[in-house]
Parts: sequence; C-alpha cells; structure tokens
Amino acid sequence: MRQFLLFISVVIVGLLFTARLFYLQVYSSDGYSLFDDNAIRKVYNYPKRGFVYDRNGKLLVANQPSYDVMVIPREVKPLDTLEFCQLLKIDNEQFKKRLDKAKNYSFRLPSVFVSQLSKEDYAILQEKMRKYEGFYIQRRSLRQYETTIGANVLGDIGEVNYAIIDDDPYYKMGDLIGKQGVESSYETVLRGKKGIQFIQKDRFNRNIGPYKNGTYDTIPEPGKDIKITIDAKLQAYGELLMQNKRGGIIALEPQTGEILAMISAPTYDPNALVGRKRSKNFTKLYYDTIAKPLFNRSLQGVYEPGSPFKLLTGIIALQEAVIDPSEKITCYRGYKYGNRFMKCHCVSGTRHDMVSAIENSCNAYFASTYRRILDKNGNASTGIDRWSTHLKSFGLGSYLNNDLSVGQPGRIPDREYYSKIYPNTFYSTYTISNAIGQGEVATTPIQLANVVAAIANRGHYFTPHIIKSITKDTIPDKYSTPNYTTIDKKHFDPIVEGMYQVYKKGTASYLKVDGIDICGKTGTVENFTTIDGVRTQLTDHSIFVAFAPKDDPKIAIAVFVENGYWGSRFAGKIASLMIEKFIKGTISRTDLEQWLLTHSLENEYAKPQSGEAFGINRQTQLQVVPVDKEALTIYEDNNEKL
Amino acid sequence: MLRETDRHFKFDWITIILFFLLVGFGWLNILSASHTGTTLEYFNFQDPYSKQLVFILLSVVLIIVTLSIDAKFYERFSSVIYIIALLSLVGVLIFGKTINGSTSWYSLGIMTFQPGEFAKAATGLAVAKYISDLHTDIKHFKDQIRVFAIIAIPAILILLQNDTGSTLVYASFFFVLYREGLPKVYLIIAMLVIIIGMLTLKFGILITTIIAIISVLVYYFTRRKKPAILQPIFIVVVSILFSFVVRYAYNNIIPFHQKDRISIWLRLEKDPAELLKMRQTVAYNLNESEKAISSGGFYGKGFLEGTRTTGKFVPEQHTDYIFSTVGEEWGFIGTFGVVLVFVLLIIRILHLSELQKSQFSRVYGYSVASIFFIHFMINIGMVMGLIPTIGIPLPLFSYGGSGLWGFTILLFIFVKLDSNRINEW
Repeated sequence: MRQFLLFISVVIVGLLFTARLFYLQVYSSDGYSLFDDNAIRKVYNYPKRGFVYDRNGKLLVANQPSYDVMVIPREVKPLDTLEFCQLLKIDNEQFKKRLDKAKNYSFRLPSVFVSQLSKEDYAILQEKMRKYEGFYIQRRSLRQYETTIGANVLGDIGEVNYAIIDDDPYYKMGDLIGKQGVESSYETVLRGKKGIQFIQKDRFNRNIGPYKNGTYDTIPEPGKDIKITIDAKLQAYGELLMQNKRGGIIALEPQTGEILAMISAPTYDPNALVGRKRSKNFTKLYYDTIAKPLFNRSLQGVYEPGSPFKLLTGIIALQEAVIDPSEKITCYRGYKYGNRFMKCHCVSGTRHDMVSAIENSCNAYFASTYRRILDKNGNASTGIDRWSTHLKSFGLGSYLNNDLSVGQPGRIPDREYYSKIYPNTFYSTYTISNAIGQGEVATTPIQLANVVAAIANRGHYFTPHIIKSITKDTIPDKYSTPNYTTIDKKHFDPIVEGMYQVYKKGTASYLKVDGIDICGKTGTVENFTTIDGVRTQLTDHSIFVAFAPKDDPKIAIAVFVENGYWGSRFAGKIASLMIEKFIKGTISRTDLEQWLLTHSLENEYAKPQSGEAFGINRQTQLQVVPVDKEALTIYEDNNEKL
Repeated sequence: MLRETDRHFKFDWITIILFFLLVGFGWLNILSASHTGTTLEYFNFQDPYSKQLVFILLSVVLIIVTLSIDAKFYERFSSVIYIIALLSLVGVLIFGKTINGSTSWYSLGIMTFQPGEFAKAATGLAVAKYISDLHTDIKHFKDQIRVFAIIAIPAILILLQNDTGSTLVYASFFFVLYREGLPKVYLIIAMLVIIIGMLTLKFGILITTIIAIISVLVYYFTRRKKPAILQPIFIVVVSILFSFVVRYAYNNIIPFHQKDRISIWLRLEKDPAELLKMRQTVAYNLNESEKAISSGGFYGKGFLEGTRTTGKFVPEQHTDYIFSTVGEEWGFIGTFGVVLVFVLLIIRILHLSELQKSQFSRVYGYSVASIFFIHFMINIGMVMGLIPTIGIPLPLFSYGGSGLWGFTILLFIFVKLDSNRINEW
C-alpha cells in the first residue's frame, strides 16, 4: 500500500486541477469579447452629425465643436484638486460629488466629468491635461441652430441615459443622442457611425500600440445630411402669428403628404437646449406644466374636432346614400330628438341642402344625417361600426404610421367602445354629438389636416411625413403611395363646394384673400378643465381647416387655437394668412396680420390659475397688446437667413 | 563496442520525450510572456526568451555530461556532492546577492546562479545513500532523526536565505520516507495538522472541536477491536490544543502579508470593499492570473495573441506565473495538456522507481518524483488560487537558468541510474 500514496496524490491533484481549470475556462467563462477586455483600450472617433436643411435647401441645423472632460476613476492619481477645480470652474465639493458619481457608474469605464467646455476653457485646460491622470478630453460636436424657429420640428440632442445604454450597446456614457423632433426620428441617419480604435494597454494603463496592428479598427462614417419638408419661411411666419397664443398648426402639401409647417405654441429658441445650459433650460421647459412648451400640440394635442367634422358626417352620408346632396332639411333653431334638444344658430325654419348646411354649419342638418347613417339598416350597432370604418380610412384614430417622434391616435369610437356604457340597447340618438365633432370623437391637428388633404385630393391622401430627402439614400416608398379612403370621388364635389361657400359668403367670408380660391371650415369647440376638483367650462377652442386653391390644391391646413372662442376669430385668420404666405409669398391682408400681432390670449390662459371666478365666451374681452418689437426683429433676422 | 551502443537505448525515452515537451512548450510561453515590440531576436541575450533559449541549449550539454558519468559515481560520491551543496548554501548567505528579498544568488558577472536549485538533487542523493545503507532501519527512531537532519540542514539554510517557498519543497521527502517504511503515525499526524489547521482557520475552534469529537467517536465505535479508551481522548485533547495554537499563530505570529494570503486562499474575507482592496494589493497577482486564465476560454486566444500577456498584466508572468500564459493563449486545451504531461511524467518516474533493483536508485527516483510533484502542485495550485501564494517555479517551464539546470540534473541522474538497472546484479 505504501507505494501508492504518492501515486494517488498525483492523480488526485491532476483531477483537481482539471476540474478547477474547467470551472475557470469553460464553465464560468462567458466567451471572449474584445469589448469586455480591459487590456484593450477602446478609443472612439465621433463622426460629423448630419446637417438639416429645409425644403428649399436653407440650412437650419449645423454643428459646433465641444469638449467634454472625461474620467476613468480607476486611473485617477492624487492631484492638485484646487488648481484642477479652478480650471474647470467647479468647487471642491462638486469635484468630489462628480467623482463619486463616476465611481458609482463604473471604476473602469469612462464617465463624463464636466461636459461641454467653452472654447476658452478648453484652450487653457488642454495644456495642463497631462498632469491629471485618469482624466482626458473628449471632442464631440454640438448642434448649431441657424435660426430660432422650429424647436418642436428639429428637436435637440442630449446625453444618453443609463436606460438607453442598456438598450443599445452602440451608445456609451457621454454620447449624444437625438431627443425630440427629427433629431430623434432620424437619429441613426444623422449620427453616422462611430469609428473605433483598439489599443493594447499594459497594466500601468499605458498604451503600447494598436491591437493587432489595427486590423479591427474602423473609421467613423459621417452622418448623412437630410432635407426636411418644412418650408422655413412659412414655419417662421406661423410661429410669429401664434405669439401669445396656445395651439397647434399643421400645413400639408396634399399632392405629396409633405408637412410644410408644424407649429406648436408656445415654443422656444432651440439654441436654449445646446451645450452646458441645456440641462438648466430643459428643466425649466419641462416643469412649465401650465404652458407646456415641450408638448407638441400639433401632433400630441388631442381635441374634439368640432364643426370641421361635419364635412366627414356629410360625405359618409353621401357614400352610404342616405341623403341626396340636393335634399333639404329644415332647421328649427336646433334638432329635437326624443325629449332632448341640440341647439343651432340658424334662423328657425331655414331649409338647407348639403352645400348650404356646410356654409352655415347647421347642427340640425348634420344631426339628422348622422342618425340616417347609423339607422340605415335599422340597427345602430352595425351602423356605427360602418361609420367608424369610413372615418378610419381617413387616417383618424391611428398614429398615421409616419416619421415623427411623437404622436397621438386620437379617438374614433365604434360599437365596442360603447359596450361598457350601453351594454344592451343602442340607438343613434345616444351618440348624436359625434355628428358635429363633439362627444366621443377626438383628433389631433395633424389628423385633421390630413382629412383636409384627403378632401382636397378628392378621396386619397399621402402619409404625412417630414423627410424630403437624405443625402446618398432613399426615403421609404410608403410616403409616395396614395392611401385611398372608402369614399367615391364624386361625393367630394358638394363637400368642396360647401367649403368654398364658407369663404364666399359663409362663416369665413371676411377672411377672403384676393386671387386665391380657398375652401375652409370653421370650428368652435366647447372644452372643460378641472379646477380644484370641479369640472369647469372654459372659453371655446377656435378651430379652422382649409385648403387652397380649390381646383389645384397646394396646401391643406388645420389650425387649433386654444380658448380662442369661435373659429374665424383666431384660427381662421391665421389659416388665411398662412395660405396667402405660402401661395403668394407676400401678404395682402395686413389688417388680419396686424390684428393677430396685437391680440393676445394670455388673459384667457391666466383665468384657471387666477383662483377667482371668471366668465367665458361672451363674457370675455379681447386683450389688446402692443406689437412685440423684439419678436418682429427676430422674425426679420430669421427671414434674412432663409 | 557493442555493449556501449546498447546502453544508449536503455535510456527511458518516454521520460526524455516528456522532458523536452515541457521544456519546448515552456519556452514558447516564455517567448510570449516576455517579448516586447514586433520583432523577435532569438540571440540578443537580453530578453528572457533569448536567454532561456541559451539555457536550454546548455542544458542539452548538461544532459550529455550527466549521462556520460558512470552511474556508480552518483552513489559513491553522494556524500561529497551533498557536502559541497551545503557549503555552497552557506557561502551564498555570506557572499550572495539579494533579489526580491531573498539572498539566494551568487552573482557571476553577467549572470546569477542559485545554489538552492542544485541542493535538491544533492539532498536526494544523500537521502538515497543513507536509507539504502544496510545499517539503516527507518523504523528506528535514531535513524529517523538522522535522515530528518539530512533533509532539514539544507532546508534551514534555504529558509535563512529568506526563500520560504523553496524550503517547503523539502517536505516532499516525506513521501520518500513513507514509501521506505516511516511509521504510519507520521502520516496521521501530518494529515491531522493539515485538516485541523484548515478547519480552525475556516470555521473556528468550536466547530473544529465538534468535528474532532464526532470523528473520533465514529472511529471508536466502528472498530471491532476497541483500543484503550485513553487513546481517543488523548487525540481529541491534542487536536483541540493544536486548534488553539493555530488560531494563536494566525492572529499573533504570522506576518501580515502571509496572513492575507491565507485569508484569500480560504475565502475568509467577506467584506466586498476589503476584498476589492486586497485584489489591488496582496491578491493582485492572483487576481490578474485567474483573469488571464479564464479569459482564455476553451480554445485560448492563440499563440502571441493573449491581450493580458501582451499587456503584461500579470507580474512575474514569465517566471512563477507562466501557467497563466498557457491559460490565456492556449485555453483549456493547453492547460489540460500541461497538467496531463506533468502527471504522466511523475507517474512514469514513479513506475521506473518501483522497477529499480537497487534501493539507492529507487529512493532517489522517488525523491525526483516527489520534488516534481510538490513543485507542480504548489505552482499550478497557486496560480489558480487553490493554494495560498507560495513563490516557487513550475519545473522545466518557468524562466530561469539555475532552475532549469537544477531540474535537468535532478531528472537525468535518475535517467542514468535507471539505464544502469540491468547491470545491478
């Protein structure tokens, strides 16, 4: 037995080693990756971010260089913090806080220590950087906005957060990413692709040389420039007109679905969100929960559409053949259904056909046609589903599948939607408010503009989009493929004629523009808010939709002005002016322009916050303000660049 | 003439092939661990890989010389060789050069020479000579003391050089003595010392005591022939006392850095912050070495492709930590191969030893196997964190001329003795 002690020991140790090696190298090894290997330093080279031009080739967004001080906590050696802090313009406490934050993130991965130094600070710091081990300067590029317009369209770029890094390994701490607008929706196009260099380190963290002679290194791919569909001059003009108002405007080119203008008011100067001042300004905008400047009302504002919706009620009635365009319906200052009554402003006994009903926006006429649509087969349940399907073919109730970073589907109810409230019996009278665009239907300005574009095109629309072209790249086919509605082309004529009459002699007759045949429709929508738990009615929203010229539509527009009272009071004026600006390039209705520049709704917006009782609609008074000289100067500055 | 030629073929070629496999593969790894820059200069005599190439070529000369000397010479002059070795160890304490805290080197102009590496072979010869003496009976206490002295003298001299690792190698002779009849009680004591020591450090005195009592009770009641009741009680009492000694020694006697090494080995430290600090300091080498080995995965990163090896992340990688290069560049396949070749070599030597007809050859062969085994176990165990950090080289693999030559002589004396076994009538 004695001779076996050593033999057995050797075999046992051999097996033990094999087991340990298997554990280390096979079992607990998660495969080798160059990116996880901390013997290899990864140096990123950031490409130029693509420029943004407007539809006429005017430069809107360019780049400016910026320098971040980065830190790798593991490599930090004791240093002269006093001098270092002075150079960076921070105090000792911040120094410690920032270093701790970086350590919390990772000891061996770089974190941003101080972001976006000014050029002067960078020049001084660069000379002394060698002294501070563990710190280095990373060059990045920031955005440079050529004008002050289009903050909601263009968006901005900001540092990635942990969630983004976890989600997409392309992004590293301190990288910049598009946060809103086209910067966000065209992020991958604009950013290009980072280049990477692999460098072999030694254990003292010194660079020895390129790893495998740079075989795996890549060079940065520059971001592509894009041209967006926005007409910068129109955008600038719309923003000027929306001074002192809240609301959203979308202008489309019906023949292509291109978005000519996308205005959300109030807005802000996009340059406020560049560089070191970004986080301070962003916080300020973000926490303004009353005016909500970051809320893109033209895309996210869900409003009841009001009277423009009557156009859809009418056209569906024609398609369903429940009414003839020439058939007349009498209005008795309203519409009586059961023991309830829907008021109307018509003189009692007026008889309307389709055209004059649109021209005068008669509630009774459209309540009646709505009921006929739903009751066509004697069953309102199937009737409302049919109605709903027609509406959805106009792109309502959906996100429109476009290339914008935000959106809202709005709401187009069907029988299913009402099944909770009306589980058993369901009659057309239950939902009669839908007939005139109130009740359960809700749309966003872009959806409504799209409906107008479909009417202008007599039955089809192109998905509204903001990309016009990408340098050395194509844009998706879906933007040049027409989407057909469920309505036959012939049914559009009486509707268009009605809209034309609105300008000719109807509710917008005083908004005419010489030389342009405009078709429009006003809207006035009741709306409510909650003040201290009490549902309170506010002054109506002013809504207007229009397209022009009548026979060769170049522009379709939807304007929402919050609490502007009736449709032609604010929204109609803005729509007319923008149409004229786009088609003629000059303004003949300077009276309307002057009126808009000197009238504010700020007093209206202050009411719910005032804590006092307030009157609405008829009890409101127009707030007259002097023309904002500064805003005009900025507008003219912008115009010079465009 | 015919007889002369025959004798060449009596060398055990398996051992020789395994030897060259290890030396050759070892050199490739030294090359990887020590080269800098992009060009390789094999004969610049500056870089370790270049020097090692020279050492290997000279070791071939050494092999030829060792094998040419008559086998009887080693037995006859073993005492003389032993005394010369002892004198050289004493001399190094006086004239030696201190490197990394150990006074183990003679400085000979451009190169250094470490007598301790040769003392192992000399001690092996002396032990073999003493045990194979007809008057020696290892079962006698007097002879035990004498043979312990033969082993202890060089061991103590090396300890005085402040080379704890190499001192421990002399423990390998325990296997030799046990094979030759050292009473079982020594084996039991040795096992108890190791087991109680580890239990005490890991789980504390109380649990160690409980385990000791239970084991002894189980042992006592399962024996058909009951020993005297005093014997188990005595074992338990001694165990408990020893447990206290271990605890006291760990807390008060052992130097800090060795305490930390033990703490790392037995995973005693639980505080993550403290562990992190240890990884940056006392456990830095081990941590880097484990990382390098595990980053190799199954297939390894390839020869000269190891990023941690190229970046010199593991200090002393071409000497004591050479195995981590194998791990990183050759993966599990490489490390398993090295372990397998070592195991085969040691078993081959053991097998040959048992075939020896002369007791001298057998004891010497056993010494060779034991010394290789201890080096192999401690070095690879240390590099993988299975054994506390003890700095001794991996035989035939690690960089170093004295080490390579010491092991070459150690092994080839045995190859010579083995080749002569046919004449041992």
